[in-house]
Order: sequence, then structure tokens, then C-alpha cells
Amino acid sequence: MEHVVIIGNGIAGITAARHIRKHSNRRLTVISDESKHFFSRPALMYIYMGHMKYEQTKPYEDWFWKENAIDLVCDRVRKIDTKGKKAILRSGSSIPFDKLIIATGSKPNKFGWPGQDLNGVQGFYSLQDLEAVKKSTAGIRQAVIVGGGLIGVELAEMLVTRGISVIFMVRETHFWGVVLPEEEGDLVARHIKNHHVDLQFETELKEIVGDSDGKVSAVITGKGEKVPCSFVGLTVGVSPNIDFIKNTAIETDRGVLINSCFETSIEDIYAIGDCAQFREPSTGRRPVEQVWYTGKMHGETVARTICGKETPYMPGIWFNSAKFFDIEYQTYGTVMSQQKEGEKSFYWENPKGDKCVRIVFDSTTQAVLGFNFFGIRARHTTCEYWIANREKLPNVLCSMAASNFDPEFFKCFEKDIISQYNSENPGRMITLKTKKGLFSNRLT
Amino acid sequence: MSPPQKHTQPVRSRSQRIGLLLFFPGFIIALIGALGAGSIYPKLFFLASLCFITIGSFLYFSAAYLSAPAGIRNNRIMFASLSSRGSIGVIIALFFIAFYILMYWFPFYLEHFIAMFHPLSRMLRGKPAEQYFMYGSLYTFTIIIMGARALMKYRHSRYQIVRTCAVIFSQFVFAFLIPSILAAFNEPEKYVNYFWPLSYKDLFPSNVNYLLNFEGAISKFLLAWTILLTFAGTPVLTFFFGKRWYCSWICGCGGLANTLGDPWRQLSSKTLASWKIERYSIYSVLSLIVITTAILWLNHLFGGELLGQLSGGFIRFYGFAIGMIFAGVIGTGLYPIFGTRVWCRFGCPQAALLGIIQRFFSRFRITTNGAQCMSCGNCSTYCEMGIDVRWYAQRGQNIVRASCVGCGMCSAVCPRGVLNLENGPLAGRIKSDALPLIKSFKSGI
Repeated sequence: MEHVVIIGNGIAGITAARHIRKHSNRRLTVISDESKHFFSRPALMYIYMGHMKYEQTKPYEDWFWKENAIDLVCDRVRKIDTKGKKAILRSGSSIPFDKLIIATGSKPNKFGWPGQDLNGVQGFYSLQDLEAVKKSTAGIRQAVIVGGGLIGVELAEMLVTRGISVIFMVRETHFWGVVLPEEEGDLVARHIKNHHVDLQFETELKEIVGDSDGKVSAVITGKGEKVPCSFVGLTVGVSPNIDFIKNTAIETDRGVLINSCFETSIEDIYAIGDCAQFREPSTGRRPVEQVWYTGKMHGETVARTICGKETPYMPGIWFNSAKFFDIEYQTYGTVMSQQKEGEKSFYWENPKGDKCVRIVFDSTTQAVLGFNFFGIRARHTTCEYWIANREKLPNVLCSMAASNFDPEFFKCFEKDIISQYNSENPGRMITLKTKKGLFSNRLT
Repeated sequence: MSPPQKHTQPVRSRSQRIGLLLFFPGFIIALIGALGAGSIYPKLFFLASLCFITIGSFLYFSAAYLSAPAGIRNNRIMFASLSSRGSIGVIIALFFIAFYILMYWFPFYLEHFIAMFHPLSRMLRGKPAEQYFMYGSLYTFTIIIMGARALMKYRHSRYQIVRTCAVIFSQFVFAFLIPSILAAFNEPEKYVNYFWPLSYKDLFPSNVNYLLNFEGAISKFLLAWTILLTFAGTPVLTFFFGKRWYCSWICGCGGLANTLGDPWRQLSSKTLASWKIERYSIYSVLSLIVITTAILWLNHLFGGELLGQLSGGFIRFYGFAIGMIFAGVIGTGLYPIFGTRVWCRFGCPQAALLGIIQRFFSRFRITTNGAQCMSCGNCSTYCEMGIDVRWYAQRGQNIVRASCVGCGMCSAVCPRGVLNLENGPLAGRIKSDALPLIKSFKSGI
């Protein structure tokens, strides 16, 4: 029986394993030294905050793996013998494979700052990182987080729940400047400050200073300011975790290089998830995709190829979501931080400044290209339908209620949104048509 | 995993400490009253205890929840002794159990405590209190106080606000004021938010005859009310809204679970094994009641006197084993150990009946939003009915389950806006809007 070995038990690797099992009875082995069982990485923050225990972050009960004949090996792959088709483990043993999937995820970036390896300085990615944060932050009063992205804001939220003061240093002029337009960045920044986080823009890390025990005691900013602290979170992005693959026959760049069927340069070896890099990404997509949902889609697609039905990656319309303390964020299609030529955007924000909607559209055809929602839940299928069908902005606004996914009794903002559009576009008055409700999207 | 560290102990603010400093004297006053003083100064002990506990609780809860911006604050729930089966949780469970045992079987030990409720009972019902009036008043009071806590904690969610207000209103009016007023007018003291099969005696021939022979129109109205809700309200409302219209909006058991029980909702078991047990146990109780009711009516219609004793025997057995032990001692007493809805999930015949309708013939479902789920597990963790919500959400499937009481907490705690309680057409309610990816593979393997 063909033996498929998967390195990494994150969302990409496990999705691949589950789908290979759905389609076939191939022998399956998943290797990881992070945890015996699959857990939800985005849920790590909730363990620290006390919302959940580790057990509850596991999407499947422990019997699931045996029941589905998926062998779990707790070890770390040291080397891949591409000729002998073996994965060589740290423990010394090796596992032969007929097909290999590399799904080793990412590791937090460190940019060579002095003091970056001191005790109490770390990124936040793995279960081991969580344990380290627990230890390093026990009983401390002041922490510094460097880098304004999704992991940074999660780490800030975590530390705040334990009564730790947080200074949040962001290099850009507004929050998550590489992804969010300025208004959304400001909205998030205001909210972060409401939670008593000291958010500082245009502040860079220059150096981390330790005490005589090798523990962090302060950071020095680009402006030369010394900020005392007992913990430093480095959340300046992640990069593919592929050190053990470099110097093998498998071609790599930033990540493991793959074609659209996730095949690496070596036959029968595939790479998926955060650690993979498309040689030719599909239009509008990045070569390295580092989010949960893409990992899931990679896994599901590669499973088909491995089971004999060669299937190229067809990701469809981009979507993502996150939560900034209490403000939920959903995005569909393409919304860039800077508008591209030929594109315009309609932006609405509630007077309280904690909810907003941005719709990017083609300035000539008025076709909608992307959505940002903050503090309002939107229906995935409806937004996707509008983008796929290049629906025109006024029509989308008229049936905006169809995309509302907020719980019952929540305040609806569609009327406010339309009246703002009307005041910005005199002479092109539109009125709200669809009412909020299930399947109202079918009416569009 | 490493054990929780020292500093994970809750850091209480000054107002919270003041709140506790007021709450405990209120509790101790009640204890002293129960030990004897309650019979001598009922009004004083009743009012003093009530005031201290009310003010203390309000101070504590507002300091705990209103000081932070509105949003989900389940911080430290998994570390706190009270909410994670620690020693405080166990002590509270023992206290609840002791209270139920005394109240059901040894009320004379609670004589002085019950005496504290005489003035209130005389005022409302024109007669002294007995153990069940004391229990009903305490129950209502608890739902109001802990309901206020739920309103503060979940104030960012209008669904939770409306629902919590409904639960408080239902308990206060249907299960406290109306029965008391009925009692004052010498009418049957009926809790109008309960009916057959939960209030199983309601449709026994003996009870129907009793109400028909009772003087006055109100008893006839009560009979009509019960029949209406059982045979029309239950199917119609459940068809349109799911079983939540009852279980998490009207029912007193649900009301207590969602207010007093809120700190323990995460303790329900989510394993497949417990789902299997649940299906056997809950439908057994429903069958027991349906069959007994049917036999009693057959017996009655055929004029048989043979089974005359059965009614009384059944009521004694069921009242003891199911009503007292299952619903009371285990169902509520063990909140801090097994979570809040043990009775609703494993035993309640009303929930069983509503569940069958909800599963097969209802517009209600919890919709999963496209492919946005990231399997974090908050939904499953905070489901008091032990539904593994995530199992459905992560595969993009709607949740249509007999046991779901529609409390809305999975939707509230979801950090990605994936879950929504909705009523809609029957067609395609279980089928899902699957991952965008899967759609393009319809013709696949």
C-alpha cells in the first residue's frame, strides 16, 4: 500500500491527511514534534487568556486518528533523503515514504536585533511559544510588543487580560499599514487604545537590553529612547519554516518552490501551507500564503492530486478575517492599503467610530472588487457572489442588507450607509431594497 | 500542559472587594436567620439579607464587567477555582445539593429560613410560606440578580440582552407573580410557563378532572392554557423559531441555567459518548411520560378503576426520581461540576419533544458563514448543551440539532463571525454553503 508521509500537523497537513483518508485507504503518517494531536493555532491566545484549555482547542477527539488510521509520530524531521525516499528523524530512526507532503508552517521573524535571543524575548507562533509566554510573563508588569500585525494585537490582548501594561511599537504611520487603508487602521488603533494599550506609531526597535541574568530589561527605540520592560514580543511577521530542507535537492526560495499542483522540484514530494511558495501565483495572489484558510484549501487540493486526480489550486475569491480585541474584521476580494489606479472606494463609518464598511470598485464600470467590514458581520457567499458577478456598487448598496450576518436584534446600518452614498453622489439617488434575512442573497 | 501559574488568580479591583464585603454579610445574615433568628425577626432578616446580597452583587458585577469595554470577556474562566471544578466550585456544588436535599425531604430543618419568607408570602398570597414558596422566591431572586450580571457581561449583544430580559420577565411574571396571585384568590397555584410534558401531571385525567371541577373560570382557563400550549404553541412556535422560544426564552430551568449557571456553561461534556447517552436518556423520560399519560387516559375512558393507584404511584416515583433527584439535585446542584443544562440535555421531556420538532420540522438552524471558521473551539466550549458546534462550523455545515436551545452563545463567542441563529425555509437548511473551493470540485472524486 502506498505510504503518504506528512511533515507537520497544522491545518494544512491535517486537512491533507483527512482528505486523503476520505478519498483512499493509503497508509498515512503525520509527523510533528509540536504536539501529538492537531490543535487550532489561532486558538492559542484563548488558552493564555483562560477562555479555553488546550484540550478544547483540539478539533477532533483523540480517538479520531486511530479510527481513521492516521498514524501520529511525535518527532522532528531532521533531513529528507530524496533519493532513498526517507524522512530521517531527530530520534535517529527514519520513515520511508512513497509520497511526502511538507507542511511545516512558519517561524516568527527576527531581524538580527542585538539582544533578540535574551530570555523573555520571543515570537508567538507555536504551542512551545505559548508555554514560553506563560513563563516569561508570570508576575511581570511591563511588556513591549514590536510590530503591528495580527499576532501583535493578539499578544497585546492576551497580556492585558493578566494586568500587564503593554507598549505596542509599530513602525508604520497607521495600524497594520501594509494591509489596511488608513481609516480602518485608525479605527483599530482607537480601539486598541481604549483597552489601555500604549500604541506608538513610527517607532522602531533598535536594540534589546538584558540584565546580568540574561533576561530582558529594556528596549531601545530607533529614536534612542530606553523603555524598561520584562517581556518583548516580536511580531514582525513570519517566514517559511524550511531550514531543514535547505541544502537538499528540493528547490527553495523564501519557501519550498511548488507548481500549481503543489509539486516540488522532486517527484512525489509536495509542499503546502505557510511553508510553500508558488512559482507562479494565480492572479492577485501572493506567492507565499500564510493564513489558516489557504492552508486548509492547499491541504484539500493536494489530497486530490495525491489520490490520483491531478488538481491545480483554484482558490477563488480571496477572503480573510481576524479580531482586534472586540472588533471583528472580515475582508472579501481585494482591498489594498493604497488604492490602485482605476479603482475607487466607498467608505462608511458609524459616528461612534467602531464599525465601518469599505467597498472598493472599478471607477469606470462601478463593479465591486472588494469589501472590508469592521464590527459588522458579513455573509461570505453574498459578498463572493457580488464580486464574482462584478455587481455594480449602487446595486450592492441597495441590497446591502442581504449580506448582513449580525445576530438577530442587532442594529442595522444599511440605511445610514445608503444615505451617506446619496449625499456623496447627488443625482444618483438609491434606496434600500432587500431586507435582512436568510437567503435574501438569492434575490440579487 | 503546565499548570496555571500563580498570577492567574483573579485580580479583584477595590469595588469588587467592596462588593464581596457586602455580599458575604448578606449571606451570613441569611444563615443566622436559618439557624433560628428568622422565626423571631422574619422581616428584618429577610430585608437585611436581601439588601446586602443585592447591593453587594451589583457592585461586584458592575466592577467586574462595566469597567472594561463591551465584548466577550471569558478571561480566566479556565483558571478560576469557581468555574473550573476547583475547590470553590465543589463547595458551591455541595451547598446546592445540601439545599435541595433539605428542601425536598427535610424541610423542617429549613423552618426558620422559610419563616423569613412568611411576610412576603402573606403579602402576596395571604398565607404563610411553605418550602416551595421559599424556593420559588429564591429562584426568582437569583434569576434577577444573575440576570443583571448576564446583561452586564453580554451587553455588546442585543440578542443576549433581549433574551435575558425575556427570561427574567418570564420567571418573575409567569412563575412568581401569577402563581402567587392565583393563590391569593384561592385558585390552583399554577406556574403558567410550564405545561405537559414537563409539567407532566397537567394532562393526567386526575388533574384535568380536578381543574374541570374546580369552581371559577380561572381553573378552566388554566386547563385551556395548558392544552393550547402543549398542542398548538409547541408545534407552531417551534416550527417558526426552533425550540429556543421555550428553552432559552420562557422556561424557568433554562432561565436559571443562563443566569445563575452562566459561569459554568463551559463544563458540559462535548464527547461523542455523552451525545449517545443523551439520546437514550432524554427520549426514555419522554417515552415514560407519553406512555403513562396514554395508559391513564385509556384506563379513564374505559372507566377502569384498576389503574386508579397507578397515577399516584407514578407521580410519587417520577416526582422523586426524576423531578427531585434528576432535575433538582443533579440538574442544578451539580452546575459547577457538569455544567448548566444537565437536566435540559439528558432528562427534560419538554426539551425532548421540542427537539424532535426542531430537528425534523422547523425553520430554525444555526448558519455557518462560508469558510470563515478557524476551528478555535470557542463555540463548542461555551455550548451548554454539549454540542460540538465546531465540528459543523469547520466543514461549513449548518447546525440542525435536536438539543440546541438557541441560547446564541456560540454566535456571541465566535471570533470570526461564523455562526448565526436564523429562521428560514426548510429546503436546504441542513445542507451548507460549503467552502468556495469544494464548490468548484462538484464533479471531483
